[in-house]
Amino acid sequence: MSKTIVPIGPYHPLQEEPEFFTLTVEGEEVVDIDVRLGYNHRGIEKLSESRSFDQTVFLVERICGICSTSHPYACVRAVEDLFPMDVPERARYIRTIIAEGERIHSHLLWLGLAGHFLGYNTVYMWVWKLREEILDCMEILTGNRNNYAMFKPGGVRRDVRAEDIPTVLRKIDSIVPTLEMIKAAVLDDPVLQARLKGVGILSRQAAVEYSAVGPTARASGIGKDVRKDCAYGVYDRIDWNVVTGRNGDVWDKLVVRVLELFESIKIIRQCLEGLPSGEIDARIADYPAGEGIGHIEAPRGETFHYIRSDGTNRPVRHKVRAPTYMNLPTFKETVKGANLADATIILAAIDPCYCCTERMAVRTPEGRKLMGGYDLVRLSREKTERLRKELGA
Amino acid sequence: MSRTEERENVLNTLHRRFGAGIIEFADRSPRRVYLEIKPESVCEVADYLFHTLEARFNTASATDTPAAVEILYHFTLERFGLVISLRVELDRGAPAVDSLACCFPAAEWIEREIHELFGVDFRGHPDLRRLLLPEQWPEGVHPLRRDYQEWDSEAVRTRGV
Amino acid sequence: MNARFRALLKSPWVFHLSTGSCNNCDIEILDCLTPRFDVERFGILLAGSIKHADVLLVTGSCNRQAVERLKRLYDQIPKPCFVVAVGECALSRGMFIDSYNCPVPLDHIVPVDVYIPGCPPKPEAILAGVVKLIRKAAEMKLPATGDGRGIEEVVAQ
Repeated sequence: MSKTIVPIGPYHPLQEEPEFFTLTVEGEEVVDIDVRLGYNHRGIEKLSESRSFDQTVFLVERICGICSTSHPYACVRAVEDLFPMDVPERARYIRTIIAEGERIHSHLLWLGLAGHFLGYNTVYMWVWKLREEILDCMEILTGNRNNYAMFKPGGVRRDVRAEDIPTVLRKIDSIVPTLEMIKAAVLDDPVLQARLKGVGILSRQAAVEYSAVGPTARASGIGKDVRKDCAYGVYDRIDWNVVTGRNGDVWDKLVVRVLELFESIKIIRQCLEGLPSGEIDARIADYPAGEGIGHIEAPRGETFHYIRSDGTNRPVRHKVRAPTYMNLPTFKETVKGANLADATIILAAIDPCYCCTERMAVRTPEGRKLMGGYDLVRLSREKTERLRKELGA
Repeated sequence: MSRTEERENVLNTLHRRFGAGIIEFADRSPRRVYLEIKPESVCEVADYLFHTLEARFNTASATDTPAAVEILYHFTLERFGLVISLRVELDRGAPAVDSLACCFPAAEWIEREIHELFGVDFRGHPDLRRLLLPEQWPEGVHPLRRDYQEWDSEAVRTRGV
Repeated sequence: MNARFRALLKSPWVFHLSTGSCNNCDIEILDCLTPRFDVERFGILLAGSIKHADVLLVTGSCNRQAVERLKRLYDQIPKPCFVVAVGECALSRGMFIDSYNCPVPLDHIVPVDVYIPGCPPKPEAILAGVVKLIRKAAEMKLPATGDGRGIEEVVAQ
């Protein structure tokens, strides 16, 4: 059977980020995949070398807009690892609150986009409207919807006002019923189950070999979470659970993220209610020479930063490794053997954040274009419709 | 056996087994261990960490220093909350080391990245083509080296690179 | 020309292009489509293909990979059209001004009609910018691309 090459990207209108996937298909089955990156490569590691430690925190915030807290958090942890020091309690609580708020908005964003790819535009609109409530909470606490600029080496830059806490708690309580409703609707939907169960399976063995991280790995049964294993912030002092799946298919990835939403709400509530008084900044006077590593659990998995300092106020080397960098190569395992109509949702299931990592089309070997990325999403939605009719839902 | 004792055991075993290849063993803090090893030993130590100790490969970070091109391979041992970093120093003129991609696929992409940004040759890597830099980027120009200069005459630069 | 112009402005279809951004601006643009901000009440829809677009909405710091494709897409968009730069990166490369992979700012590659500053600009700012674009163009204050350029900065509140 002849092979056809299917490129997805780079400027697929429904994906906000440019990337380029080339799928090789035989008939309807995907047999190979290649990814071209670099569409978001902005040379941040080099830029960091000409920024001071304070400035580099702002720079790394703009690596990715969705996980704009995880990079500054890992960066300041790396700087604080240069020498033994203690971050004040109140600062740790505030950092945890911001990090979990980001996790909630990121998972909601993914849920909406997944719904969009599958043809559930109502889910997309509802979930993004709900997401606005969380962004409002973040705006009350930090002053901005995203790019919070809250982190600095030694603590946080701004304090949380006592009078804002009841407002934020009330807002969070108000979204929980809707979240419960969405969770029930999504998890009980027979069409979604038919669409996503058994699709895009990443085996536990493969997840280990590729060193996958985050919900992508946890859905395959690897119960690793940096918040538990290498605790930072106040994660070792409050009550919460790591959510793990079993089969590693797209369904498990969806369920892990939805359940993590509720864990994050639990964490934020405990932190807001138990916020201690005190300093928010350790006021670091000097950065010694040395090496530091900071790794934290971003919504997509472990974000890892390495900083080397020579005693001046600038990093000599700043290595950034985003979670999607480890998760993207797992496409080789999950998309091979899959049906073309499932390609978009399998690729979306790892919650790719290409801007952190530095896009689909179908072409014949002669180079004539058969269909574009738009058509692939349409294929995906048509499959959902077909299943809906079959199941009489 | 307590966790601390277990951690001691693991590190001692590591030291004994690969003693010949280890140049420096720095147990910096409960969560950070840095090992400088000879470039020839990188495959066996990494394989031991990944497959025997079941450490997770985080990433590799290369640095261009005046003395050498240094690569640090970072692994996490979750059960101790420990990050072990293996350091190798390579000759600046023609940096080359054995590829870890043959041991585990997790290293494939980062070695491609270090190859294009620093010019390190990874011997035995299955597919050492460009990852991040665009097609029109000239060969042999490695942006993260200290001596990188702007090569594009059409670039608008008011502040240098 | 005038009639076609004004017809274009009643319901501008927008093609969104990211030339290497952190995605924050792109998410805020998508946010404009969601119920709280609802840009569809201005007749604005996201166009699936560049051939159906009236407005090219560009984010990102124009890295080398993106520049080629940006030029190609700009050639394909039917004229008259407007180009709107959203976010600091599209304005002047923002923080990435001295990046080795971002050689030139957006307005050295394509003529830009409207600049919406912010990092990222809030959806309200994006809406305000787009509405100002429509109003000014309706008053013929902003010549469309292809007929003599005039670039005006629209400061979004």
